[in-house]
Amino acid sequence: MTLIEGWGRYPRQEAQVLLPMSPGQCAQAVREATSASLIARGQGRAYGDSALAEQVLAMRQMDHFLSFDPATGLLRCAAGLTLDTILQVCVPQGWFPPVTPGTRFVTVGGAIASDVHGKNHHLDGTFSAHVRELDILLGNGERVIASPTQNAELFHATCGGMGLTGVILTATLQLKAVKSSDVIETTLKTPNLESALEAFEEHQGSTYSVAWIDCLARGASLGRSLLMLGEHAQDGALQAPPNKALPVPLDLPPGLMNRASVQAFNALYYHRVQRRRSTRRIPYTPFFYPLDALSNWNRLYGKPGFLQYQFVLPKQAGVSGMRAVLDAIAASGRGSFLAVLKAFGPANANYLSFPTEGYTLALDFKVEPAVFELCEHLDRIVLHHGGRLYLAKDARMSAETFRQSYPRWQEFEQVRVRWHAHGHYASTQSRRLGLL
Amino acid sequence: MKKILIIGAGSAIAEAAARQWAAQGHSLYLLARNEERLGAMAADLKVRGAAVAAFGVLDVNQFERHAAAIDAAVAALSGLDTVLIAHGTLGDQKHCEKDVAATLQELNTNALSVISMLTLLANRFEAQRYGTLAVIGSVAGDRGRQSNYVYGTAKGAVTIFLQGLRNRLQPAGVQVLTIKPGFVDTPMTASFKKGPLWATPEAVAASIVSAVEKRRDVLYTPWFWLGIMTLIKLVPERVFKKLKL
Repeated sequence: MTLIEGWGRYPRQEAQVLLPMSPGQCAQAVREATSASLIARGQGRAYGDSALAEQVLAMRQMDHFLSFDPATGLLRCAAGLTLDTILQVCVPQGWFPPVTPGTRFVTVGGAIASDVHGKNHHLDGTFSAHVRELDILLGNGERVIASPTQNAELFHATCGGMGLTGVILTATLQLKAVKSSDVIETTLKTPNLESALEAFEEHQGSTYSVAWIDCLARGASLGRSLLMLGEHAQDGALQAPPNKALPVPLDLPPGLMNRASVQAFNALYYHRVQRRRSTRRIPYTPFFYPLDALSNWNRLYGKPGFLQYQFVLPKQAGVSGMRAVLDAIAASGRGSFLAVLKAFGPANANYLSFPTEGYTLALDFKVEPAVFELCEHLDRIVLHHGGRLYLAKDARMSAETFRQSYPRWQEFEQVRVRWHAHGHYASTQSRRLGLL
Repeated sequence: MKKILIIGAGSAIAEAAARQWAAQGHSLYLLARNEERLGAMAADLKVRGAAVAAFGVLDVNQFERHAAAIDAAVAALSGLDTVLIAHGTLGDQKHCEKDVAATLQELNTNALSVISMLTLLANRFEAQRYGTLAVIGSVAGDRGRQSNYVYGTAKGAVTIFLQGLRNRLQPAGVQVLTIKPGFVDTPMTASFKKGPLWATPEAVAASIVSAVEKRRDVLYTPWFWLGIMTLIKLVPERVFKKLKL
């Protein structure tokens, strides 16, 4: 037995970790499972308990490119391959992941299971929009191909399905052509929430957009933000910078993250940028993956770990809904070091995918007893405005909250029944959310 | 461009080395047991830049198949100049103490199969008068300890065999590299508790690729194991026998 945890380091759980070396060994592990709580696990970058279970299929040894056509950018790979490796091999050939989350140390399988989004969601949708085909290991040990046209219901349940339909073994992806590994980044200072949301509207033609928001500023400055826009540069070198992350060598004392330090950091971060608008050319790593520069930044919150709270509010809830959430957070004083705001484009056809047209905000909270109450309070505001929480970040929402905010959960369960998932695949999260 | 044969290609260190060689555009031929995994590994190496990536299925304990397996590699690579021998099992020491068959099996896998391969390869390289034989031994082969002396015996035997081979092949210009990794975080050691002395397969592989390039004789990897093992070898036996190591 091994003690495992998600990226937020809460909760932790003893699990039997299986290490299959091939699809055949995966199938054998599923057939010989001793627990009905078995789930695939990639790099353990989901924040909560999505990849925790009594038995865990660690996919890290199944990290192979299977084919790549540098003429078309079509990539087929085993699900344990990381976006980092794809970048290392494909950027020099002029290809980039079509959608990337805020860390490159996720597996392709994890990106599909969480149906991750990036700074280009408003134009390019989620990761699964660029998946052409999946090879899925069902609970009965059979392998099936699923795509938007073949076994489509299984495809749409697996994309965003948190590993609960089966084990993703291989995936075929369409990468995106780039002419340079650099990004032209434009930073806009927006003095409050209204102007931040307006700026998203105004710049919806930008390929990438994301805002860092000071969630402790109050009054007239509530929601002041730095909006970062990005475009792939049109010329220059194609190179993958070497991985030189600084480690966080120890768990910091949890008391270090307090109201004063977070407020000071946020104020400094906002005022660091002097001009209302500034543009610079930077490599893709600091633009897409600023936090990857610290290899274990999750240790900054100390041993108790942290919760990441990410929700989306539909567009019509807009300013007033977001203001209600920010007011509640600012009033609690439990601010987040980095709070990230993003405008989403339309929702897709997947049963449990998180994004829907509107605004999403992601926050970190140090784990301490009072924070769970705050999150419950925020849940009520989010539900009231018709929003929902991101399963890849969640470690604590109730089954009722899940069912109210993911209205297709019963259809999802029916697909799982038809494809033999029940009784075979479950995670600690799926049990908590009341899925069978 | 090198023409590289990797025996025991399923090992984590071997795969990491293969990927680094592939990125440099060399040709690779893999030998291991799991055909399904070999197929994926070869495809992977091709995408990463290998000029040739082919494989054969071999259980190293089938000694009678060694010569044919090497011939197939030479045919696929149109020649051969570098060999990495990486296979091995970390048997259960306690089980071996009670079971002669288990002990002999460990020695077969970790020592005799390596010696069989090396005998065939040494003759080929001596005749062609160039080549590199790189073999993964272990710091465990430097001194016998109660916790894993069966594994240590096998690795120690390989170390001495390689010393002799290096001496013999020196006039033919053949490099013989003995690689002695310390603790490496691989599937073979998945059940061990990890600490600051543990290295990644990628770091160990990088030091192997570099040692082959520099035509080194002996490589302790990571480097600090040379110091640790030098001290361990200095402890007098009358003291050492009382230690719980």
